[in-house]
Amino acid sequence: MTVNVGPQHPSTHGVFRLRITFDGEEIVEVEPILGYLHRGSEKLAEERNYVQVVTLTDRMDYTSSMINNQAYCLAVEQLLGITPPKRGKYLRTLVAELQRIASHLIAVGFFIQELGAFGTPLMYSFRSRERILDLFEMLCGARVTVSYMRPGGVFADTPNDFWPALEAFLDDFAVEFEEMEHLLMENEILTARTRGVSPISPDLAINCSVSGPVLRASGVNWDWRKMSPYDAYDEMEFDIPIGRNGDNYDRFWVRMQEIKQSMRIVRQCIDIIEPGPVRIADLPLVLRPEVGVEAYGRVEASKGELAFYLVSDGGVAPYRCKVRAPSLINLTITEHLLVGWTLPDMIVSLGSVDINMGEVDR
Amino acid sequence: MNCQLASDSIFYQNALYRFIYDTAGTLVPCSFSHVIAGLTIMLMLVNSVLLGAALVTWLERRLLGRLHNRIGPNRWGPFGLLQPIADLVKLITKEDLVPSGADRIIFTAVPLVMMVPLVLMTAVIPFAQDTMLADLNIGVLFILAVSSATTIGIFMAGWSSNNRYALFGAARSVAVLISYEVPVVISLLGVVMISGSMSLNDIVHAQSIPFLLVQPIALFVFVTGMSAELNRTPFDIAEAESEIIAGYHTEYSGIKFALIFATETGAMLVVSAVIATLFLGGWTGPLEDFLGWFWFLLKTLAIIFVFIWVRATYPRLRLDQIMALSWKFLLPLSLINLAITAVEVFLLRDASGHLSLADLWIMAAINIPMAILLILLMGGLFQKKINSLPVRTETPMVPGVPTIEVK
Amino acid sequence: MYGLGMARGLLVTLKNMTKKPFTIQYPEERVKQHPRFRGEEFVWYEERCTGCASCAKYCPLGIIKIVTSPSESAPKEGDKYKLEVFDIELQRCMFCGLCVEACPYDCLFMGSGFEQGRYSREDMVIHVEDLRNSAKNPSTFYRPQLEQSGYDPRGGRPLSWREVGREKWDWHKREKAGLRLIETDIDSPSEESR
Repeated sequence: MTVNVGPQHPSTHGVFRLRITFDGEEIVEVEPILGYLHRGSEKLAEERNYVQVVTLTDRMDYTSSMINNQAYCLAVEQLLGITPPKRGKYLRTLVAELQRIASHLIAVGFFIQELGAFGTPLMYSFRSRERILDLFEMLCGARVTVSYMRPGGVFADTPNDFWPALEAFLDDFAVEFEEMEHLLMENEILTARTRGVSPISPDLAINCSVSGPVLRASGVNWDWRKMSPYDAYDEMEFDIPIGRNGDNYDRFWVRMQEIKQSMRIVRQCIDIIEPGPVRIADLPLVLRPEVGVEAYGRVEASKGELAFYLVSDGGVAPYRCKVRAPSLINLTITEHLLVGWTLPDMIVSLGSVDINMGEVDR
Repeated sequence: MNCQLASDSIFYQNALYRFIYDTAGTLVPCSFSHVIAGLTIMLMLVNSVLLGAALVTWLERRLLGRLHNRIGPNRWGPFGLLQPIADLVKLITKEDLVPSGADRIIFTAVPLVMMVPLVLMTAVIPFAQDTMLADLNIGVLFILAVSSATTIGIFMAGWSSNNRYALFGAARSVAVLISYEVPVVISLLGVVMISGSMSLNDIVHAQSIPFLLVQPIALFVFVTGMSAELNRTPFDIAEAESEIIAGYHTEYSGIKFALIFATETGAMLVVSAVIATLFLGGWTGPLEDFLGWFWFLLKTLAIIFVFIWVRATYPRLRLDQIMALSWKFLLPLSLINLAITAVEVFLLRDASGHLSLADLWIMAAINIPMAILLILLMGGLFQKKINSLPVRTETPMVPGVPTIEVK
Repeated sequence: MYGLGMARGLLVTLKNMTKKPFTIQYPEERVKQHPRFRGEEFVWYEERCTGCASCAKYCPLGIIKIVTSPSESAPKEGDKYKLEVFDIELQRCMFCGLCVEACPYDCLFMGSGFEQGRYSREDMVIHVEDLRNSAKNPSTFYRPQLEQSGYDPRGGRPLSWREVGREKWDWHKREKAGLRLIETDIDSPSEESR
């Protein structure tokens, strides 16, 4: 029996369509159909100059805009051969980690929502995310589509009331997060539903070029912030949580632990940051790299390895902007994830991979 | 009907019936006054159940809101009390469609089939001291039998919808309901044994201490079992919103859906009333002659709060896990409870079969630690299989990176 | 111990019931915005605008339309263009603030409101008359000089065109129009006002 889990569905993380063939309760064949949110971002990027593309990158993975900006600005800086000043790097790291917390809060909240908990953890995680978005509003004027970073740094320094608000948020969030852990991590119903379901072996994960928390949940301790550090990550101390079986519970656990590690990084940034310029001062308003230069700027986004491949032809706009979207590549394991499991597990497993259709379809 | 017969009937024991009968008897012949009195009480009960169901929907939304650290609906009326009316108006104005190919008669009859047993159940619950519509001496059996009649309604809904997903949802729901009947019934046998009769009024009278203390296992099994029978989280696979099978009421819209939904909420209300009667002592409390109804209401609300609290906290169980819970966890628990209670009652009762207050305390002292022990033990057995997963040893790891591992 | 996690979960939910609700009841209460909020309005100072159309060039969506004509007298160094049409399509604007970033004369600012719903599509395009009559409460987005003075657009007084610039208000007497702002020291303001 073939069923269409259509693009409009309360729990497929956006407009994602799956055609599933069932045999009773068990899934036999899966065919994902993508493209419902395709907006032509890569083509649009060829018509806009290098700073205008920053506003485009916000909207790809709309749950983690700062990290998209960071990846793109890294790529442009590679094209131009410049590095941002120290304070700019620290601010970027701080903001990226805050955004990682916000993105993982969405992932965790919706994961539990699909398990059926009627949204209590969702409400708690969104309550915490609201405070992070208020912090972003203090920094750059917008909550979700931030456009905070520019090639050469960030566009503005922090206002005076940002640092007390950040400290207050960190203290409150530590308490709230511990509450969420008490609510979720030892819950026997949750472990009964998610342990052992849809395991991914590390070889399969590497062969399918999966990255991010999904890869780390399978046991491979690969994180681009440690492998090729960018911005200020080489000065930060943090651990990489890894799972053991690669099942749903491990992916969920890895995300919860990453939130904790991100809080550690934010606290280190607060201690280590010093006054100074936040952006390279004498960059022209319209950037023109040299002809024929290419750059590949990669970051560890909240969903995996996000990278921008830019080719320049000497003009004001990139000649080609290719986005390596982690959610799209992570969808390679869809059939290994779903075949052989039942329908309720399908919803939960897809939620545990944490895809974002804005990124998949660009 | 002969006036003398009316005075001897069981209805005459009810003070309210007596009052209306006597008042109407001054105006009309006694057969009419019998009808008037009976109809009045019946209408009061039916209306109170439906109104109670509506108020419980309001209570549920506001309580869920507070448990989520937000406000529930508060726009319509003070504290949002008119929200059920707003929902009702919205549902009434929706198009009432019957899907093509569906069996019209059965499709339309389903809300009625589900509503009638619910209202019937309220007939035997004592609301205040010795105040109930019918003091049946098989009260507990009546409640159990009638509450299972809603199962037929669910299956009728699934079958007549001409929708294979509704049929699947209904079949799953019926499977869950049937498997949870057995532990529920067995758990109530302990209560019946202790109080010596099945009439609910007698059970309340026999509760010098609430049976919550004397029969904790029975309370746990009963609450869990009824949670599953009411299709409430964590057992609500039949109406899971995040799965494509939307359950047996997929094709219902408008007033039919409103009635089905009211039945589900009303069933929660009535079941809470039954739990309050059987386990918490019904209308007993200080000043029970005047305030019996108040204590009854308070205890019912406490149980409703527990249902809503559990709904806000736990995720959903999968179907095979629900069945495993019933047959492998609740059924042995209830059987062990029955055995222990039978032994205790046999040893402790005196010549007339009556158990005194001291006996009840002794039973409580044995049963409560036994309950904690048994639940933990069986839960441990139940969970052991899930956590024994293979540990990987060969994983490509990058050396020198600080890592944390999951337990 | 089996069941402990579930019991802990119940306690967490119960504890949250006793906290104050996180809801802010719109429309009776509104969330307080930071002064740097990129609102849905635009604040435009005609006295400072020269008609250079940098904002129109820099907009990623191309929603700003500027039509100018040279001023009546022979254009001298430092003269402004006469602005005939200045349309901003609010319906397609994404409020990214790049136009504010591009303006070299500090004449275009973001506002602080967010309740700009209109009933027809024609109303969603703001023309030069609406911009002239806009409430002069600029947001401090990309304008560090406003932030240093501690201005709060939501509660503050309207600012005049002389007080909102990075430079003194007649800096352009010494510089060619169209260049980027660089630090100059203008010793004394000139007598005539522009």
